[in-house]
Amino acid sequence: MDAVIDFIIQIVSPLGITEPVLQFMLVSAILGVSIYLTLYTGMFTLANAGFMAIGAYVGVVLTQELDVSLGVALIIGMVVAAVVALPVGLPVLRLRDIYLAIATIGFGEVVRILALNFDNLVSSILTAMEGERVRFSLLNGARGIKGIEKLTETWMLILFLVVLMFLLMRLHRSRFGRAMAAIRQDERAAANMGINVVYVKNVVFMLSAALAAAAGVFNGHLTRIVTPNAFDFNQAVDILAFAVLGGTSTWIGPIIGGMALAAMPEVLRFLKEYRGVFNGLVLLLVIVYLPGGLINPTGWRRAARSLRERFSRQSQEAAEDAGT
Amino acid sequence: MLELKGVSRRFGGLQALNSVDLSVPDGATIGLIGPNGAGKTTLINNISGLDHPNSGTIAFNGHYIEKAPPHRISQLGIARTYQNIRLFGEMTTLQNLLVGQHTQGQASLLEAIFFLPRYRREERQLMARAEQLLTRFGLSAVADVQAANLPYGDQRRLEMARALAVNPRLILLDEPTAGMNPTETRELGDQILRLRDDGLAILVIEHDMSLIHQVCDYVYVLNFGQIIAYGTPAEIRENPIVVEAYLGAEEDEVKA
Repeated sequence: MDAVIDFIIQIVSPLGITEPVLQFMLVSAILGVSIYLTLYTGMFTLANAGFMAIGAYVGVVLTQELDVSLGVALIIGMVVAAVVALPVGLPVLRLRDIYLAIATIGFGEVVRILALNFDNLVSSILTAMEGERVRFSLLNGARGIKGIEKLTETWMLILFLVVLMFLLMRLHRSRFGRAMAAIRQDERAAANMGINVVYVKNVVFMLSAALAAAAGVFNGHLTRIVTPNAFDFNQAVDILAFAVLGGTSTWIGPIIGGMALAAMPEVLRFLKEYRGVFNGLVLLLVIVYLPGGLINPTGWRRAARSLRERFSRQSQEAAEDAGT
Repeated sequence: MLELKGVSRRFGGLQALNSVDLSVPDGATIGLIGPNGAGKTTLINNISGLDHPNSGTIAFNGHYIEKAPPHRISQLGIARTYQNIRLFGEMTTLQNLLVGQHTQGQASLLEAIFFLPRYRREERQLMARAEQLLTRFGLSAVADVQAANLPYGDQRRLEMARALAVNPRLILLDEPTAGMNPTETRELGDQILRLRDDGLAILVIEHDMSLIHQVCDYVYVLNFGQIIAYGTPAEIRENPIVVEAYLGAEEDEVKA
């Protein structure tokens, strides 16, 4: 396994992709799948950053304070996020489109602010109970948890992603996967086919939350620091951008989108301070000319056709101008 | 089989359904006609659970379903088509029929993921049933075409095939011949007669009286949310109240 990873790094290193960058790309791919699941079911949710925060904090506290192994912390982090997702999803997933997006952004902010004030909150509760001043520090507020052991290895991320890809492939050939697509395309018709829309939506929301949490656990043990502000609105939008760039017509799209957007700042290092501009430009071009994302055969065909038509029209006009 | 008693539905100031009594006996084909805006689609929405009545009861084989969610009603054996076609446009014809059979599957997601025998057996059965429906409705040639790209007539037929895939005991058809020419309408009538031969109960909304004559045992006439007439197709055609509802009447005649 290590030899394979070294080989991959050798190939991509001329692009500026070193092992830490590759690890970050793999984490982003997991996040891409997380938002893909909800989008594929027709739910425009932006709660992924919030669930990522839950995963990161739960995972890091488990490994650093309680000496739990990373594998167990990963599973517990995912389960906690899924359990939190259920009471959030039941009321919120009744909403649609932009309203759902706003409600889930709200959830993300609640998680972030809770993490920010967690120590103070617990201290004041303890103080009220004990009757004397108690100091409690676990998450360290805005300063976050620092000096986390770097436990995440590249092979873990690759293994996780490979298993995830296998599961996605199987999911799409299952009754549940078909129900997800049906709900996206026509929710009411899906319900009339006997699909329990509320059930499917909530299960998908929980799965999506668990994946975001897994990315959070891995990421916390990579960056070695977890702060509340890493999981703000910007992060939620970044995750959405993975799906926008890659497209959601197949599960490959958000994986490629996530990896590309994570790699771009490193690959484009030579552009110096214009990196951000280029990043935005790429996204904008994709949205305008390939609305279905990069991984979308019909979108490419349509773009090629409109380009051809434009050229032939121009040459026609040129010929007419020459004729007159 | 299906029994509506005093079903009323109000949208703000509009009384869309006003104490509707209607019954569909086992194996019968019942027509529902009425001018545009009479409340026909509202009635079907209420039966299929997309909408719920403000008062009244809807009983289906001993279950009260007026408050049930749509997937429960589908599981009890009521399927429907839509006036404005509502296929899963990005799926192929075949996939639409697989989704239609959703409730016939038992295999869990885990069984699907690990490709266990029950999942494989079940997928084979769903495929076989879908193929059967494709042949029956003449859709085999377009099995792998995206539903959104199908010609109009095929889309209409696919909607009916998909409703049948639910394996219902009662099927609600909401203007199945809308936009069809007379030949297509007659062919569709033959399909409806075949459903009836299978022992299905049918409630069909229709404007085309030739189809009503071809397939229906009895007809209800709905106007302004109220049932104004009931009888055999021949009786309904002669009924002056129905003629008035459709063609309108002089003001003094209505009062008289």
